[in-house]
Amino acid sequence: MSNGKKMEKIDLLVTGVGGQGVVLASDIIGETALAAGFDVKKTDTLGMAQRGGSVVSHVRLAPKVWSPLIKDGSVDLILAFEKLEAARWSHFLRPGGITITNNYEQPPLSVSLGQEVYPTDDVIAAALRRQTDQVYFVDGTGRVKELGNVRTLNIFMLGCFSVFSPLEAATWRESITRRMPENIREINLTAFEMGRKEIESVRIGKS
Amino acid sequence: MMKKTLQILSGNEALALGAYHSGVQVAAAYPGTPSTEILENLARFKDIYAEWSTNEKVAMEVAMGAAYTGARAMASMKHVGLNVASDPFMAASYTGIIGGLVIVCADDPQIHSSQNEQDNRHYARMAKIPMLEPTDSQDGYDLMGYAFDISEEFDTPVLLRTTTRISHSKSVVDVSRKRVVKNPQPAFHFNQQKYVMLPVYALPRHALMEKRILKLAEYSETFPLNQITWGKRDLGIVTSGVAYQYAREVFPEASFLKLGMSWPLPEKMIKEFTAGVERLIVIEELDPFLEQNIKSMGIEVTGKEFIPLVGELNTQIVTDSSSGAGLLPESEKILDPASGLPRRPPLLCPGCPHTGIYFVLNSLGQRSKLLESKDNGPQEPKLIITGDIGCYTLGALPPLGVLDTTACMGAGIGQALGMERAGVKSKVVAIIGDSTFMHSGITGLVDAVYNQGHITILILDNRTTAMTGHQEHPGTGISAQGEETFAVDIESLVRGIGVNDVKVVNAFDLKALRNGVKDSLDRPEVSVIIVRGSCAMLIRKRANPRKVDIEKCTQCNYCLGLGCPAIQSVDGQVFIEPTLCAGDICTICEQLCPQKAISA
Repeated sequence: MSNGKKMEKIDLLVTGVGGQGVVLASDIIGETALAAGFDVKKTDTLGMAQRGGSVVSHVRLAPKVWSPLIKDGSVDLILAFEKLEAARWSHFLRPGGITITNNYEQPPLSVSLGQEVYPTDDVIAAALRRQTDQVYFVDGTGRVKELGNVRTLNIFMLGCFSVFSPLEAATWRESITRRMPENIREINLTAFEMGRKEIESVRIGKS
Repeated sequence: MMKKTLQILSGNEALALGAYHSGVQVAAAYPGTPSTEILENLARFKDIYAEWSTNEKVAMEVAMGAAYTGARAMASMKHVGLNVASDPFMAASYTGIIGGLVIVCADDPQIHSSQNEQDNRHYARMAKIPMLEPTDSQDGYDLMGYAFDISEEFDTPVLLRTTTRISHSKSVVDVSRKRVVKNPQPAFHFNQQKYVMLPVYALPRHALMEKRILKLAEYSETFPLNQITWGKRDLGIVTSGVAYQYAREVFPEASFLKLGMSWPLPEKMIKEFTAGVERLIVIEELDPFLEQNIKSMGIEVTGKEFIPLVGELNTQIVTDSSSGAGLLPESEKILDPASGLPRRPPLLCPGCPHTGIYFVLNSLGQRSKLLESKDNGPQEPKLIITGDIGCYTLGALPPLGVLDTTACMGAGIGQALGMERAGVKSKVVAIIGDSTFMHSGITGLVDAVYNQGHITILILDNRTTAMTGHQEHPGTGISAQGEETFAVDIESLVRGIGVNDVKVVNAFDLKALRNGVKDSLDRPEVSVIIVRGSCAMLIRKRANPRKVDIEKCTQCNYCLGLGCPAIQSVDGQVFIEPTLCAGDICTICEQLCPQKAISA
């Protein structure tokens, strides 16, 4: 199993629920990759979904990128801020790809109304494992609650992703610093470091 | 060589910056996904004039007027906005301009956030004006420069057509140009033959348009962003817009003709390209616009036989459809989406000022019965509710399910009157937002008053253009560039039109809403209720989220009928997610709960 650090290109899906900061996170990935010399394209498919709907960003880093949308079955890594959303996009994953999922459940209205059923953890994991063994769950929401600001979840998740990315930690910190207003800069940088540590411990736990 | 200044920009940001660097002096727009950010970005530059116009027609007219004085001007809008603006758009083609006039329209293949996916490339052909199509943000930035130059050189408005995937994708752009203003002191010069479209002047202008489009066709042969890239000669692909990116990725070895200017077409260039390849295909989104026009040159070409007409393309669709046509080997089997997952459609936000009135309409109109009963033949709603375009369109979905129609901006009022006059037995209510009312509801209301309708019109006044991301409008009293300006008062406006029964009701007072609607429905006249409450997204304060007292809650699930995302149910017990609840500004669920089980 590769550790993913030597990738020359990454096709990435960042997904979650409207309001979780998916778009900002994928923006920061793009800016960090540009700073590291990659060609970058990113596109958000949200439609009207900023109102609590399902959100997915396609982010592509390579020496040269054509399509902004990633082809089905060729995503290298899914970074999911909510676990139903991880399962929803699992068919995009390439064989042997990586998934990092925030182990957090936000039930859609149809589930609250009893019309549909939220999938069990087993169902979600099985959907992700159709293509890969590299299925990682992190307790992002729990960790950032401990940190004292749930809105840093997206940067925590970026920390998790950064370990697999071909981009230096320092470059990540620079682009987070550039994007965050001063009053929340430090707490986001802390969330980023927490994410890095969290994914490392989850990976060690696995092997 | 000029230093490269690389930035990641969305298509819309690149178009705005391109226009700014090209010296645009006046920019006007009405918000509409996916075009909104073009004007938002331009409005940040304080050395130009940028406005949110009342609607796209006015935006076009403002830009047109500015261009007549020699200023460079731009109007931007979504695809259906160009329908609204099509009258002055056609006129601008006849009169021509002095300063460059660029009309940006953003189409929405896949209907991500619109009511249709019309292909606006046909407008360029109809208006006999040139059209440019970016394939990414860099093209958007570059084409904007060409657009103003072409406009001035050929005395024509230029249509710059983008799509959601271009406007809302980010890619790397070299933004090394600097702003140059060609004509810093605009002036209008008397010229009735050019500007006064009386029949006697308009007919000669039409003749000039026909000459102009021929000259433009000649120009397109050497247009720098019409590019041939020779690859293998067995397959030649003509394409434009984002389809170019998908085609390049799927056919890395083919020969390409990329059309940055897709109207008028460079016939010689297309014939040269055709002669250089064994098989010619067109890969384009939506209609066979390029394909049919190339066919009319007598060239054998295929495209829409295998590329879908419906929806946006992507590399997967281009791969699969090309495999089906024998252009590629059988494509690999890909996984199906995981089955049985609950959907997550967009919802009205926690604290949304539309929720209360929608709940009232749902219960007064017994809408839940309509939603539940299936296949029992035609059902007549007890209360017919004609809708409009905005966040409130989301209330069409369960559990609220309150809309019977949604067509286009402003349509609901006319539709309501038409239903009533057709003689339906049910009462008819029209729903429209504050920004949409300004956009195109006013004329409908005038019509209803003038023609003595007996309809109720609800103006949901959330003090912003919410759906597109909170733009100002004439009712808010703030300009696009953040200045305080005159606020048009909806209540006085409605009274001025001649409506006698005008009520202003607090959007978060369920009882007042119910009484207001019941009163209006019984009146034999046009009745207007202004349902006022700020969009929850504009209010940062989130004090005292509501809680459910489990002792008192009988699990009647009445509160779930509000469709509020903060009200959730796990294992049959309702709870309110404190991080989502809007708290004191809303309290609708608290007012609703029959057991009084919800409180701060």
